Amino acid sequence: MRIAVCIAQVPDTATRVQVEGAGIVEGAVSSWIVSPYDEFAVEEALRIKEAGEADVVVFSLGPERAQAAIRTALAMGADSGVHLQDPSFEGLDTLATARALAAALRKQGPFDLILTGQQGVGGDHSQVPGLLAEMLDLPSVTMAVKLELRDGGARVEREIEGAHEHWETTLPAVVSAQKGLNEPRYANLKGIMQAKKKPIARLGASELGLDAAALAPRTRVLELALPASRPQVTMIEGDPATQSRELIRLLHEEAKVL
Amino acid sequence: MTAAGVVVYAEHRAGELKRPSLEALSEGRRLADALDGRLHGVLVGSGVGGLASELARYGADRVHVFDQPELAHYATESVARALAQVAEAERPAALLVAMTAMGKDLAPRVAARLDAGLVSDCQALELRQGRLVARRSMYSGKAIATCAWESELQIATLRPNVFPLAEPDASRQAEVVKGELDAAARARVTSVEAASAGKVELTEAQVIVSGGRGLKGPENFHLVESLAEALGGAVGASRAVVDAGWKDHQYQVGQTGKTVSPTLYVACGISGAIQHLAGMSSSRVIVAINKDPDAPIFKVANYGILGDVFEVLPKLTEEARAHLASRN
Repeated sequence: MRIAVCIAQVPDTATRVQVEGAGIVEGAVSSWIVSPYDEFAVEEALRIKEAGEADVVVFSLGPERAQAAIRTALAMGADSGVHLQDPSFEGLDTLATARALAAALRKQGPFDLILTGQQGVGGDHSQVPGLLAEMLDLPSVTMAVKLELRDGGARVEREIEGAHEHWETTLPAVVSAQKGLNEPRYANLKGIMQAKKKPIARLGASELGLDAAALAPRTRVLELALPASRPQVTMIEGDPATQSRELIRLLHEEAKVL
Repeated sequence: MTAAGVVVYAEHRAGELKRPSLEALSEGRRLADALDGRLHGVLVGSGVGGLASELARYGADRVHVFDQPELAHYATESVARALAQVAEAERPAALLVAMTAMGKDLAPRVAARLDAGLVSDCQALELRQGRLVARRSMYSGKAIATCAWESELQIATLRPNVFPLAEPDASRQAEVVKGELDAAARARVTSVEAASAGKVELTEAQVIVSGGRGLKGPENFHLVESLAEALGGAVGASRAVVDAGWKDHQYQVGQTGKTVSPTLYVACGISGAIQHLAGMSSSRVIVAINKDPDAPIFKVANYGILGDVFEVLPKLTEEARAHLASRN
């Protein structure tokens, strides 16, 4: 079976961001990582491969630095990578990003399963899985916490507000990974060495047949700003009993939330 | 004629409309009034026609009902088809969906189908020259983006607990339009397993009490649970606690967990790592209880108690119980 995993490179979740105009200051990002939800997707693909047989191809759209994210996935055990890179891919909105990924998946396909994280940490749009599925005319199950392939289809468990949903889907399908699906492995030294020899294909806009119209934005960020600072904290003094009584009084009388 | 109407998807579960959808309807009514357009509600399911009158009370002028036995269980493809059908027929200016687990799953499909822009998890919407402008957080709240649409149809998902709920008006009536749908879907829900009854869901909770490493071990988490129960709220946890296995990941608040905006957030023994702050700093009132005066959590808190959670939490639970009992 062939599995595609779409991953995004994002600023390390522990870093602060600096903003300028409609974006973040890239030079101020101390380190870049594979988006955590995408790591669950890579791990799931590797487990399927280890349980049977699969060819795992990792896709990532981004500038030169995105190579490092692809290498990380290859070091974990993926077989090959596809790097979507083109000057016209910079600052794409979600629809255009999905359109480019869909074109690459079609070109390198067919795939039996397309895995990706439920959300790119950073943009926080949570759109690409659904967009890809619709563009590729495939079924999808998002935010999977359990995935089981059987009888040519898949059974998926998904967490919703106060409940679990059980899904069934035909394959090929797009499945997006939620935290809880698995515990991603760390790449070991052997994996890192092997990853250096694994192939990464580069695809640009012309190879994918994407002209300016196909990549035209449907949404635009006008401005990115740091959040308004919160008011100064009121520290409550006294012994625990006094502090507790005073806090409840303030929450009731001043903040009016109780 | 420029588009003026607003379409809102009405999510329901176990025969009841979900509150985040009612919030979206309330916001939709406000926008439709400002645009001088009509507000449309969309109901998809089996035996859901009766909910149309409630949509009317929250401001819908017209309710599109797709009521078919095959739609008893949710399937992304069929509901997306229904929304696309309504959008194509009514040509609205905006389509609003609550950013619930279902909305998150559904909206991108509709956007791709209609080739229209989608702005996710909006925290505020306003009109500028008749077009929408949205505010949403990025990098889990470390930055706030102002966004606009380039497509004629503007699709938005709305963060729960942020948009005010309108007062329902029992005198309002809506025109009901029955629609028919090709219910075929390759992926569908086959069954739903409810979590323990009576538990308040984190993203929908008005009050959240969260615990962190300061609790020292899973055996002490009952202190957090008791306070949450006294306040009628939900229980949350920091990533450290979830990664240590004290609590399941569904309790995690923060960048790789849930983003929450309750009215009251109480952080107990949580130092306030940046990825935790990212998930809760849009809460209205934040209380921090920590024994480290330099803990970053105090920088986002409205009220702080410098103290030991083991001494403070039992007292606070007692006071909360007494306060709420005196009000009932």
